[in-house]
Amino acid sequence: MTTLLEKAVVSVEKPLKEAMFDCRMCGQCILHSTGLTCPMRCPKNLRNGPCGGVRADGKCEVYPDKPCVWVQAWERSRQLPVYREHMFHVNAPVDWRLQGSSSWINLVTGRDRATPRGWQAAHGPSA
Amino acid sequence: MDRAPSRLAGLLRRGQFVVTAELSAVDSADPGAVFRKVDPLRDHVDAVNCTDNTGAHVHLSSLAAARLLIDRGVEPIMQLATRDRNRLALQADLMGAAALGVRNVLLMSGDDVSAGDHPQARSIYDIDSLQLIEVARGLRDRGEYLSGRKLEAAPSFFIGAVENPFAPPLDFRPLRLGKKVAAGAEFIQTQLVFDVPRFREFMARVRDLGLIQQVFILPSVGVARSARAARFMKDKVPGVSVPEAIVRRLEGVPTGHQSAEGIKIATEIVAELRQIPGVAGVHVIAIKWEEGVMRVIEEARLLPRPSVVGIPA
Repeated sequence: MTTLLEKAVVSVEKPLKEAMFDCRMCGQCILHSTGLTCPMRCPKNLRNGPCGGVRADGKCEVYPDKPCVWVQAWERSRQLPVYREHMFHVNAPVDWRLQGSSSWINLVTGRDRATPRGWQAAHGPSA
Repeated sequence: MDRAPSRLAGLLRRGQFVVTAELSAVDSADPGAVFRKVDPLRDHVDAVNCTDNTGAHVHLSSLAAARLLIDRGVEPIMQLATRDRNRLALQADLMGAAALGVRNVLLMSGDDVSAGDHPQARSIYDIDSLQLIEVARGLRDRGEYLSGRKLEAAPSFFIGAVENPFAPPLDFRPLRLGKKVAAGAEFIQTQLVFDVPRFREFMARVRDLGLIQQVFILPSVGVARSARAARFMKDKVPGVSVPEAIVRRLEGVPTGHQSAEGIKIATEIVAELRQIPGVAGVHVIAIKWEEGVMRVIEEARLLPRPSVVGIPA
């Protein structure tokens, strides 16, 4: 159920984040983990790093004229003073029901961190 | 339930340098086509990969091919890509594979449909390859689906993943491999290695991260049949890095001798890779050229394989 408050928040969040990050409104934002690069722009919806098809010039396998989202995420995350180690976390599967909802509200309610019962988070090594 | 463990895992754990190859893609509804392609390889390798719509082209399914290999006495490594299936279908196929005797799985995202013969298709990518690794581990170790629902009997998988040491961002690649290990990967098959010095650097970083004690790494070695094939791989295949020197070396040989030169190059690469600490085996690939694969394995002195390839029926 979409409440009036949700509609109001989405009407602010959507244009702002689309303009700034080319955000796809997945409703479970991990921008802080990815050097402020939206991983949902990856045509393979990868949430855990680049695929093996990245071109030698750092361009996307699927869209050769566009930079790989995860190459950007890696480089930008190295420049951030915080959350750098989040690149080594294993991010949970996307909850597609949240598509189009406000990640800000989902952050406050904790809805964006709810994972399936059988999901067990793991972390990779630090740099 | 048949709980025969992975023979590949057994060999790796006892320190055997293993050899794997790939079943050429099959476009026949006749199981004989699978047998004809795998029979030449059976005494040369420890396990054979069954690709999953490789290059985003439709072929006989990896699950069916894997079971046909078992029937033929060859241990399969079943590849499974997140491109064509959502989390329900992926788990269903993992369970089905386990019930049919498949023990080795290789989990990946897969080439995009835009590279294949059905570019109009909708790609799925519901979960990513790392998440699929964790899901497979959940089935095996916790005996439950991603939903948390319990299985009656858990599968016994040897879980594999892929990595491309040559694709940007290069300094993230070893760390990404570490993420895959953290998610549950027990063996890794890499992208084709033509650029050995760069692969050596990658492995040095992998060792620094303490990963070689946790995962078996099998670099892939490609056997180029001609200078043209090498040039095509260099220029057209995303993710494959072929040094110009290798293409030139093939071009410097008369056309009729280029396949022999390709075998020689691949054999040299195998010898170099064996010297790198942490390399647990090799995965030898030639596109629709079993003879090339066999010759490399013979000339790299990787025969005889430890014992008859196969797992108990």
